[in-house]
Amino acid sequence: MIPDDLQQLFVEEATDLLRDFEEGVLELEQASDSVEALNRVFRAAHTLKGASGMLGFTDIARFTHFLETLLLRLRKRELTVSVGVVEYLLRASDLLRRLVDGAREGRAVPADDVADMEAAGRVYTRGATPPDAPGAAPAAEPALAEAGRETHYVVRFHPPDDLLLRGLDPLRLLDALESVGTLLEVEVDTSRLPALADMDPERTYFGFTCRLATARPVASIEACFDVVGGREALTIEPAAAGEPSGAGRGVPAHRGSLPSREPGAPIGGEAATFRVSAAKVDRLVNLVGEIAVTQSMVEQVVTAATPDRLIRLEGLITEMRRHCRELEERVMAVRMVPIQTVFGRFPRLIRDLAAALGKDVWLETSGDDTELDRSVIEQITDPLTHLVRNAVDHGIEPPDVRRQAGKGASGCVTLAAYQRSGSIYIEVADDGRGLDRDRILAKAWETGLIAAGASPADEDVFAVIFQPGFSTAAVVSEISGRGVGMDVVNRNIRRLGGAISVQSAPGRGTRFTVRLPLTLASLDGQALRVGPETYVLPLGSIVESLRPRRDNFQTVLGGAESLMLRGEVLPVLRLHRVFGVTPAVDDPLRSLAVIVEHDGRRLALLVDELLEQQQVVIKSLDANFHAVDGVGGATILGDGRVALILDVAGLIALGRMRQPPRPVPHGAAR
Amino acid sequence: MSARILVVEDSRVMRQMVRTALEPDGYDLHEREDGRQALDAIPSVAPALVITDVNMPEMDGLSLVRAIRTLAPFRFVPVLVLTTESGDDMKRAGRAAGATGWIVKPFDPNQLREVVARVLRARAARR
Repeated sequence: MIPDDLQQLFVEEATDLLRDFEEGVLELEQASDSVEALNRVFRAAHTLKGASGMLGFTDIARFTHFLETLLLRLRKRELTVSVGVVEYLLRASDLLRRLVDGAREGRAVPADDVADMEAAGRVYTRGATPPDAPGAAPAAEPALAEAGRETHYVVRFHPPDDLLLRGLDPLRLLDALESVGTLLEVEVDTSRLPALADMDPERTYFGFTCRLATARPVASIEACFDVVGGREALTIEPAAAGEPSGAGRGVPAHRGSLPSREPGAPIGGEAATFRVSAAKVDRLVNLVGEIAVTQSMVEQVVTAATPDRLIRLEGLITEMRRHCRELEERVMAVRMVPIQTVFGRFPRLIRDLAAALGKDVWLETSGDDTELDRSVIEQITDPLTHLVRNAVDHGIEPPDVRRQAGKGASGCVTLAAYQRSGSIYIEVADDGRGLDRDRILAKAWETGLIAAGASPADEDVFAVIFQPGFSTAAVVSEISGRGVGMDVVNRNIRRLGGAISVQSAPGRGTRFTVRLPLTLASLDGQALRVGPETYVLPLGSIVESLRPRRDNFQTVLGGAESLMLRGEVLPVLRLHRVFGVTPAVDDPLRSLAVIVEHDGRRLALLVDELLEQQQVVIKSLDANFHAVDGVGGATILGDGRVALILDVAGLIALGRMRQPPRPVPHGAAR
Repeated sequence: MSARILVVEDSRVMRQMVRTALEPDGYDLHEREDGRQALDAIPSVAPALVITDVNMPEMDGLSLVRAIRTLAPFRFVPVLVLTTESGDDMKRAGRAAGATGWIVKPFDPNQLREVVARVLRARAARR
């Protein structure tokens, strides 16, 4: 039994190594003679072999050993890096990942999968000398040395029931078989199992049927059973490869891989641990030290308190507050992870997708080292993957179409991450065909998402794709999946307190911009009052506040209200109407308009008054409420009251929905 | 004063395994991730024994052994090579480089403890 912490360490290390392995292989694909890339791949496989062998993950050790044989041939230039080799190595890394996941969850990967993958790789290792066999891999040796001449046998055996009494263990028989070849499948024959009351615990009732792949003669299989005697209970028949062993009555048994824990309770669960740079921890330790020193100074001053020392005390407390604030920031920083951890998976994804679709796609990334909160990283991975898939699948055109359009045959997907004014932005852009405004509009009319006949601005038309149930893909593509579309992406991003927007130009491409809060944990807020309730607005989204006047506040037909501000018409939302509370003043001209902005769109919120600004800790409402439009979370204020944190993007959407549909613009509108 | 041992190994799993095997014997264990880091650390750590992997980034284990053998104050420090490499050619190369011993991974923790104790005893006797 491997200790949990060691097993977890193994899973982490193996995950890193497999990333190295895959990146190295992708490098090799670009530069097939890169010694450096080959060394990287080789070292990853080698280290993984060592670690897995040490911990007794023999399937991983054996398979990496096999890969080493192949990689050695590449190193010795007995084999060249071909498309086939790259493809094989990538599939091999997928299999290894499954094996590592299996190791983590205490679940076995079918032996056939490994055997098949090895068999598929033999074309590249034929005639190769295997690298030095590690102790963990002896069983693989005969198979490797005699590759290509393996036969599959179905071996049925029902041991005499006094086997245990004679001091023999039926499991040893399976070990013996394994020394002859590879056990692909073992099935237990329970047909002779008596009722519980009749069972004698010292007798053997089970038989087994197994599939064995070996290059040895039948006699060496028979020899395994010599100690037991009773050949009459043994049958050995050749089986066609791939044919099941045919014992319909048994239950499948996975020998030696009994789950050591409940499935679904991963030990190395990704949320369990993560690595933090030593520098970050050092800084934290220093800071805590400084706070401790200041605290003891405060204590001294207080012990010998005289009125003249109060000023000194005040200074110390200011310093402590500064330290605490910094400590908070640093502790948050510990949770920050570079977005590279997400971006890093896309080269492979794009490569595979492009290959499957017959497209030629480049990937460019920038801002890989932009850091995001770890929990954001985890939750943003799926939405980003969806956007990238869409870009390759729907955005980028096939090479011939691109050429006809006068573009380069290969398309480009750009991933960019950057930080700006308290938010993280992630862009997923392609230089493909762009969104089809007419088709989206037609569909939006049909589904009533846009009033039939109305023709709003591009950004409003495109925003429709984020609405639930909207999909224009005429053919449900195998690659982008079915049904689950941009609305899910939108919802997931909204749940993170972020927002998504899209820009597109026909023939030039599409750009999705995801905005995420820097941290999920806290924000600088502006408290405000509406009737008896207090709400908090993110400070960064407030542009200004003013009192509406008779000459700039207007109510148009249909009851919608707007505020004219320096030539711009802003939709107005009375916050008390959104939340159904009674305001102190119902007259807009006596209330306060707070202008908020998100993604270049503005909205005037009518509130009673502004209160203080303060940093608030965000509490999620997800656990207890469905997503509520306009609400991003809740917080506890300094005086102990609970306040809702307003979601500006959601409020703006609400504000626009309450506007009557814009008339079709006339050519001479201005 | 417990003997100071420098463990050079790029695999965290393997470092942990060595630590688990040797820690109960009360050694003062120091760890580095490749030959280059180890070589930089040797003057300050001043180990009584070095245990090194072979296949590592930056500087491999055999180059490390060769480099140690040229460092005047440390040239007699015993170096155990702990590796998956079990071929005779590699072992010969290791001996030629100046390695004291060769242990093949996966290793038996008790065997490692024994070898380490033996090497350190021999060194103490020589002094």
